[in-house]
Amino acid sequence: MNNNAREQILSDIRRALNRTTSLHKSVSAALMARLAGHSVHVQPVVETDLVNRFIAKSKAVASTVVTVPSLMQVPEAVTQYLTTSSQKLEVVMAPDPLLDDIDWPTSMKIERRQAGRQDVVSITGVFAAIAETGTLVLLSGAHSPTTLNFLPDIHIAIVRRQQIITHIEDVWRQIRSELEGMPRTVNLITGPSRTADIEQTIQLGAHGPRSQHVIVVDAE
Amino acid sequence: MRVTSQAFRTRAAVALKNVELQRAMAKAKGGFVDKRRVAIEALPEFEQLRSVAREIKEHTLSHLDYYLERFESQVIASGGHVHWARTPAEACEIVVGICGGVGARSVTKGKSMVGEEIAINPALENAGLEVIETDLGEYIIQLAKEPPSHIIAPAVHKTRDQVTDLFQEHHSRYGYNQRVTEIPDIVNEARQVLRDAFLSADVGITGANFLVAETGSTIIVTNEGNGDLTNTLPAVHIVTASIEKVVPTLEDATAILRLLARSATGQEMSSYTTFSTGPRRSTDLDGPKEFHVVLVDNGRSQMLGNEFHEMLRCIRCGACLNHCPVYGAVGGHAYGWVYPGPMGSVLTPLMVGLEKANHLPNACTLNGRCEQVCPMSIPLPKMLRQLRVREFEQRLTPARMRWGLSIWTYLARRPHLYQPVMSILVRLLEILGRKRGRFRYLPFAHGWTKVRDMPAPQGQTFQRAWRQSGDGSRL
Ligand code: SF4
Repeated sequence: MNNNAREQILSDIRRALNRTTSLHKSVSAALMARLAGHSVHVQPVVETDLVNRFIAKSKAVASTVVTVPSLMQVPEAVTQYLTTSSQKLEVVMAPDPLLDDIDWPTSMKIERRQAGRQDVVSITGVFAAIAETGTLVLLSGAHSPTTLNFLPDIHIAIVRRQQIITHIEDVWRQIRSELEGMPRTVNLITGPSRTADIEQTIQLGAHGPRSQHVIVVDAE
Repeated sequence: MRVTSQAFRTRAAVALKNVELQRAMAKAKGGFVDKRRVAIEALPEFEQLRSVAREIKEHTLSHLDYYLERFESQVIASGGHVHWARTPAEACEIVVGICGGVGARSVTKGKSMVGEEIAINPALENAGLEVIETDLGEYIIQLAKEPPSHIIAPAVHKTRDQVTDLFQEHHSRYGYNQRVTEIPDIVNEARQVLRDAFLSADVGITGANFLVAETGSTIIVTNEGNGDLTNTLPAVHIVTASIEKVVPTLEDATAILRLLARSATGQEMSSYTTFSTGPRRSTDLDGPKEFHVVLVDNGRSQMLGNEFHEMLRCIRCGACLNHCPVYGAVGGHAYGWVYPGPMGSVLTPLMVGLEKANHLPNACTLNGRCEQVCPMSIPLPKMLRQLRVREFEQRLTPARMRWGLSIWTYLARRPHLYQPVMSILVRLLEILGRKRGRFRYLPFAHGWTKVRDMPAPQGQTFQRAWRQSGDGSRL
């Protein structure tokens, strides 16, 4: 590492800020407190019916959404979705234990791993879903490889009702309380991939999934 | 990238006559503006968020050393590396060095304005690496060998037909021989071609919209998903980011994120907002094995201490470009470097030197729309005026204009001279212009009379009319 560059940039910054020494103790204590406080700023108002807000916002960003009453109905919803979009019943699925409870039909070819070049359809759970913006939250990890969210043409995400949270900041609170630090990747996914780089016309499916399908499991 | 801002006048004149460019700009016009307006009207908290965002950034900038050091230690704690670069040359050297260290041969890139600023592509290519831009707009202009013309829509100056031609020229070697003319087919062809690049690249380079000091995370905001394939598939992920991108906490980043996509594209959230923290963990099934952040200064620590420090709040949303009548008329290339439009007219002189870009601060009507729409409330018109002052002080203003201004200043400071001189001038013009009531040509005012007539004065100065009217009510 070029230590000169580091030292010079930092000292140029200090000079610009009219400071020659490091911070006074009381100032750095205040900055530390600010960092630890995680105080939330202005948030948009979100109505209390989180499920409906999440569904409406998801549809507004061109995701497709179906609701099923319980986990039992998920395979049927997946089969139906894939059949109507003329896809084979072949999926690559996150090795997420929460998906183990589902009784997948034998007709469906399932591989539990990260995604590769040939995979067309992926199925994952989510860490949370944000009602404010219709956003899916996925964290990288042994149970949730990131390639599943981006390489296949179709990404199907299974969201349980109680995973739907109000605002983006609720994700940070949840990560801090449930995990030790940030995972390698936090993906906030709001609709399928799109581009407007040609004549400002929105076209779905640029490099990420062409379709983002969400199955909301309405069970408590 | 070579700076050609000195040629602004000629390039702007050429741009105005460029039929294809004008067609492309006409298509883009309005789209951004309307979408932004709708998105902002739907968020009653927008103005409040604007002042919060400004506060967050000002707070961070006034403790920038603290937050950068904190960011650095958090990246290291999560297994990543941080490099510091004072200049574009140092930044390129670092990136090329990392690529060399892992024996890389090919690099995929997500869109990064800092990458453009430090001209990383030619540096990598000179080192023998293959570099592939993966954002569709960046990919198009890479094929065309052109710089971006907009900070969020780099190929906004290209028409669909031009893209069709480019793809035909460059994709036949991959076996795509059909001419694709419809937008879905064009996008799909790029998707197929770039897949292989993503999967075979050794290093992925992205920029960062934010750096989070609390966690050592870097954030990218994209719509295509190319940035995510770039930072997930190759074994090494390098982030190039300028030092002012840091914010203290995830909550701070979130507040500003609520402004960014709305101001840029009129979306509430872009499709993908991604937080990268360190390399892949031991139990992860994918992700890069190495994570590097290159922090670039390139003149920013200087700006921090001078009258342009507010420019460091900029989040590169592009709203000021989209609302600028000059940008809308001449497009981005006329500005001659990486950053166009109002923000570019401030940044370019500060980064490459005013003597190389002194026309840019003048390419502005001071209509003030850029400041009105700027989510970070940056006083762009004020800064452009300050740059004009510097230009004058450094004697970069054309001689004729300097003399004119000096004469006027001399007179304006001496009212007893100013008034008689002005009455004589006005009287003279009135007599000369009496017949037509307007001038088709005036010496020294050719720039005005070329495109419109100058109305002839009516024989008396404003000050005299004011005096005669007593209280001004009969003016
Ligand atoms: S100056 Fe303001 S409007 Fe322009 S790009 Fe920066 S943040 Fe956006």
